[in-house]
Amino acid sequence: MATEQWVIVLATAVASATPLVFAVLGETLSERAGVINLSAEGTIMFCAMAGFAAALATNSVLVGFGAAAVIGALIALIVAFSAITLKQSQTAVGFVLALLFSDLSSFLGAPLVRIPGPTVPAFAIPVLSEIPILGRLFFSSDPLVYLSYVAIAVTWVFFYRTRAGLMLRAIGEQPNAAFVRGADVVRLRYLYTLLGGALMGIAGAAFSLNFKAGWTFRHTGGYGWIALAIVIFGGWNPLRAALGAYLFGILQSLASVAQDQFQGVPTQVLNVAPFVLMIVLLVVTSSGWLERLLAGAPAPVRRRVLQALHAAPPAALGKPFRQD
Amino acid sequence: MAARTVRVPISQPGVYQVGALVAAVVFLAGLVLAVGESPLQVFAALLRGAFGTADQIGRVVNTLTVLLLCACGLVFTFNAGLYNLGIEGQLTLGAIATTLALRLFGEVLPGPVAIALGLVFGIIGGVLWGVLAGALKVYGRVSEIFAGLGLNFVAQGLAIYLVFGPWKRPGVASTSGTEPFGEHLWLGTFGRTEATPVSVLLALAAVAMTIVLMSRTYFGLRLRAVGQNPRAADILGVPATRQLLLAFALCGALAGLGGALQVVGNFHRLTPTISGGLGFLGLLVVMLANFNAAWVVPVAVFFSALSVGSLQLPLVLRQVDSSLAGVIQGVLVLAALIGRGLRQERAAHGD
Repeated sequence: MATEQWVIVLATAVASATPLVFAVLGETLSERAGVINLSAEGTIMFCAMAGFAAALATNSVLVGFGAAAVIGALIALIVAFSAITLKQSQTAVGFVLALLFSDLSSFLGAPLVRIPGPTVPAFAIPVLSEIPILGRLFFSSDPLVYLSYVAIAVTWVFFYRTRAGLMLRAIGEQPNAAFVRGADVVRLRYLYTLLGGALMGIAGAAFSLNFKAGWTFRHTGGYGWIALAIVIFGGWNPLRAALGAYLFGILQSLASVAQDQFQGVPTQVLNVAPFVLMIVLLVVTSSGWLERLLAGAPAPVRRRVLQALHAAPPAALGKPFRQD
Repeated sequence: MAARTVRVPISQPGVYQVGALVAAVVFLAGLVLAVGESPLQVFAALLRGAFGTADQIGRVVNTLTVLLLCACGLVFTFNAGLYNLGIEGQLTLGAIATTLALRLFGEVLPGPVAIALGLVFGIIGGVLWGVLAGALKVYGRVSEIFAGLGLNFVAQGLAIYLVFGPWKRPGVASTSGTEPFGEHLWLGTFGRTEATPVSVLLALAAVAMTIVLMSRTYFGLRLRAVGQNPRAADILGVPATRQLLLAFALCGALAGLGGALQVVGNFHRLTPTISGGLGFLGLLVVMLANFNAAWVVPVAVFFSALSVGSLQLPLVLRQVDSSLAGVIQGVLVLAALIGRGLRQERAAHGD
């Protein structure tokens, strides 16, 4: 491919990965606090519909995103209440919500199907967008894409460079120890689950108000499950998870190009790739095979490879917190 | 990585469960009112859509048989403490394997023999996919939740690839599936309906087997022991690894048989969405039935009637989409989970 074509493919990849970036940041936040929000598929789909409806009613994209964020947080509240307060299985509740809100989006969204609505306006950042190639890749799209860069950076700094971020990671790893050190585990878990849900809501609206503008039945079908896989692929690190989202974007973007050359095989087949990668990565990192495989390698190499592939879930992920 | 144990409580329905159920019904009625229809009319339309004609009853029965097979399989995995979210993939692999068998033997062997081989292939396909998730869990320490979800997409990707690639219809590939099989490869039906006696018998046999295995045998007891506390079971001499793999294999076998019936009894071809979401629906059925094999039957009948009855809703009442069935099913299960949680929480605090 010529440079020109590559620029187009990669620019499309960056743009199309943006909703997923919000989704994986939200899920990472929630899981790092110890709560799996398995409702992602339903949350993203329902918020795509609700955000679109709100934006259509008020003719304001901002209201649409606001509504989507609030509803995403409310769905997360159901997860948080059942998991944290009632100590029920997060898997069961999240899974039911994933199915329920997917269907609810079809039920309530039926009148909205294929109606044109407002979208996020394009905006090229002056000066930065003039940079050769990079400018066209990263700085010539729209405010939502730029906001996603900020969200990645803020999340990473929060996680690894602030006290509150340290506490967040602590309540997902060692809630009892964090509690002894003065963390209000229950309140913080509620807070981060709701915040994560709000980000997933924004991801939904990012589809319906921008990258897949409008609403059809099961408009964002599959993206919630893909987001869950990418969070694991990202080893519960926001930066790596975001990179995973971009990788997926590149894969999809390439697939639509390849489609012209390899006719007959639909792009959905390529959607399988993140799941296969997720499973392989989980096997490699959690079974101890990698350690055994690398046993003969020199120590610095071994350490670096293990670090790069590290994907241990937060130790208290999915477990209810019992104060003792 | 997720909560390891599925808690299987033995309890009478308490005031919280009843309260949650009432709240669910009120919510659903409000939802229907919100789109400008009468809840009673919608209920009547659902009933007519499910049981109005012999044809519709036949469709309910066919959905029910596959749903029951999946739900029975899931009773084993749930009681072993597993969230087998990979059941959709096990169903799909069963359907793919059956299609393969019919393509290989359908024209060279007598119809009934080919169909029987198709069912066996379906079971094998489901077992393979179930045991794969089990092996990932037991030997690779990969959560069955994520492994299962991932394998679902792999199975569906495979189905899409086959329908659009090697097994595509002569002429042009289409989402409606592969070329339908000849009628000699269809299961016989009750009269002119679509319901097939073989499916009904197989589903009833699965229910009976599940009830007996779970409540009357040492196998069921050991499975529950592993589900309650795998480490303790291991120490007491019940090898958790083997029990978990067995649960996956059994569930895969029943789901694979369900997938086979989708091909030989319902669709008569492979489609990209051959599972019809019945595996996931089975998970909801078993959760609402409180993981109990006997309760699975009435819940599955109700859910099948809802799913089939809702298909006609948009034709009768313009404001009501057929997705209402999924909404009702989801809200009921959510209410049951929250009701159970409230009750346990109250019990834990001693008032």
